[in-house]
Amino acid sequence: MDELTKKSYRLRRIVIEAVYRASSGHIGGDLSVVDILNVLYNRVMNVSPEKAKDPNRDRFILSKAHCADCLYAVLGEKGYFDLNEYLNTFEKFGSRFIGHTNTAIEGVEMNGGSLGHGLAVGVGMALAAKMDGKSYRTYVVLGDGEMAEGSNYEAMMAAAHYELDNLCATVDLNGLQISGPTKDVMNSAPLGEKFKAFGWNVIEVADGNDCNQLLAAYEQAKTVKGKPTAVIAHTVKGKGVSFMENNAKWHHGVMTKEQYETAVKELEARYE
Amino acid sequence: MSKTTNRQAICDTLLEAAKTDKNILVACSDSRGSGSMTQFFETYPKQSVELGIAEQDLVSVSAGLAACGKKVFAVSPACFLSTRSYEQAKVDVAYAETNVTLVGISGGISYGALGMTHHSLQDIAAFSALPGMRVYIPSDRYETAAIVRELLQDEQPAYLRVSRGASEEIYDENTDFSGGAVLVKEGKDVVFVACGELVSRCLHAAELLEQEGISAGVIDAYRVKPLNGELILKAAKGAKLVVTAEEHSPYGGLGSMVAQLFSANDPKKVLELSLPDGHIITGTQEEAFAYYGLTAEGIAESAKRALL
Repeated sequence: MDELTKKSYRLRRIVIEAVYRASSGHIGGDLSVVDILNVLYNRVMNVSPEKAKDPNRDRFILSKAHCADCLYAVLGEKGYFDLNEYLNTFEKFGSRFIGHTNTAIEGVEMNGGSLGHGLAVGVGMALAAKMDGKSYRTYVVLGDGEMAEGSNYEAMMAAAHYELDNLCATVDLNGLQISGPTKDVMNSAPLGEKFKAFGWNVIEVADGNDCNQLLAAYEQAKTVKGKPTAVIAHTVKGKGVSFMENNAKWHHGVMTKEQYETAVKELEARYE
Repeated sequence: MSKTTNRQAICDTLLEAAKTDKNILVACSDSRGSGSMTQFFETYPKQSVELGIAEQDLVSVSAGLAACGKKVFAVSPACFLSTRSYEQAKVDVAYAETNVTLVGISGGISYGALGMTHHSLQDIAAFSALPGMRVYIPSDRYETAAIVRELLQDEQPAYLRVSRGASEEIYDENTDFSGGAVLVKEGKDVVFVACGELVSRCLHAAELLEQEGISAGVIDAYRVKPLNGELILKAAKGAKLVVTAEEHSPYGGLGSMVAQLFSANDPKKVLELSLPDGHIITGTQEEAFAYYGLTAEGIAESAKRALL
């Protein structure tokens, strides 16, 4: 297993720890989106704690902001803040590590928690780069359940209208949402076709939990001119923990001690 | 009556400021004409952003621009801006503390006979309830321009509502607008606290009352949130009655806030004049104001009845 993939499993272990200690967290989505965040933060984006206020840094918005616990793990592991503060206080009384993203946390670019906001905010950030002649790119990560929010389509239209080739959206398409399979709750498929119809470049990633497939998609996206790119990443909800995989019940679930120990054992076996 | 509308005053002020500040942006939702922003779009096309008929997108995109250092004035009819994109205002502007001024044009009932979809009689209540969101409803063009200049000096969110037609001039270039409220006229028996279009009407109502020997003061509380409570309490000290007047629903607007202020600090009778909690009668803004007693005569009459 390569180092990047191993890091994804170490990040999964961090998220499991935080969520277990808090008895709360969107663990299923965390485990599906973690490879996307790992690849973006550790290979693709021009970001670092030292550049946290650099006007030329790449911008990132987690539109599926309920997976803040996963973003905190990535940012903490990267040194934006003391990882222990996150592990010890996540969702606890008075903590700045709220269950949804907020700019009180170093490295978080935008508050979130209500779905269907991030892409439009990302359009604004990418538009600002164009206006200022800056070369930074803006990345937005959405969920497939989230694609039922109509505001996304307003943003898709504006992104293509302004030819924002410096904007890259990723859909973490794990096929499940809180009530069950997305195709049964409100079928957002075919998402690639929808983005294409709105004038976007679309890259389908067959295994969105494969870091190398994701990396190739993001590198390709950087070369596209005149239109924004959507990466449709086909992922597995709960990926990496056997009893959580493809199970909507783990959209937001509390682990027993036994489940926690099983999860830790399964994850550690992947990178040790 | 001024020939310059308050929306034109906003555009004129931004045109002047944008000469030296390239970060000032105006964003519209197919509303550059109704917002009197056509001139800005033509003069500064690179500082103008069109989002089409998509108010939610207008507000979120504005927040994204502001997060990258832009000073954004998002201009859209108050009726849509205050409700269609309310959540975007809550999350992306107020909660995220982005440097966005939400400019609600054709506010209150200024669209007249276009009906309930086009009235914005809940905007004070809605925006005032958002932490950190300031709410401004100016009366005349001088005040409007001063507010815009003030908002350009800081980076905090605000909502600014203006009417569609030209408003009566109350002030001049030299008026001091630093306090968030102006004591337009002092008076001992009754004190009016009003905002927007109702300020001039209260001023005329006060003149009518003076003719009948009733001393009446008028406060223009153009910054509805945060209210300058100190100025209001001081001006109304000793008065028998406080009368509020606003182009809003009876709930959660200026009247509610002023009543809160007096109940906590100087309990006395507060008469709240507003539009009703119901469908507004079809007609022009003036016709509806007359129907609901929001003319100088109607306001003076209501004050007199309350003094009995």
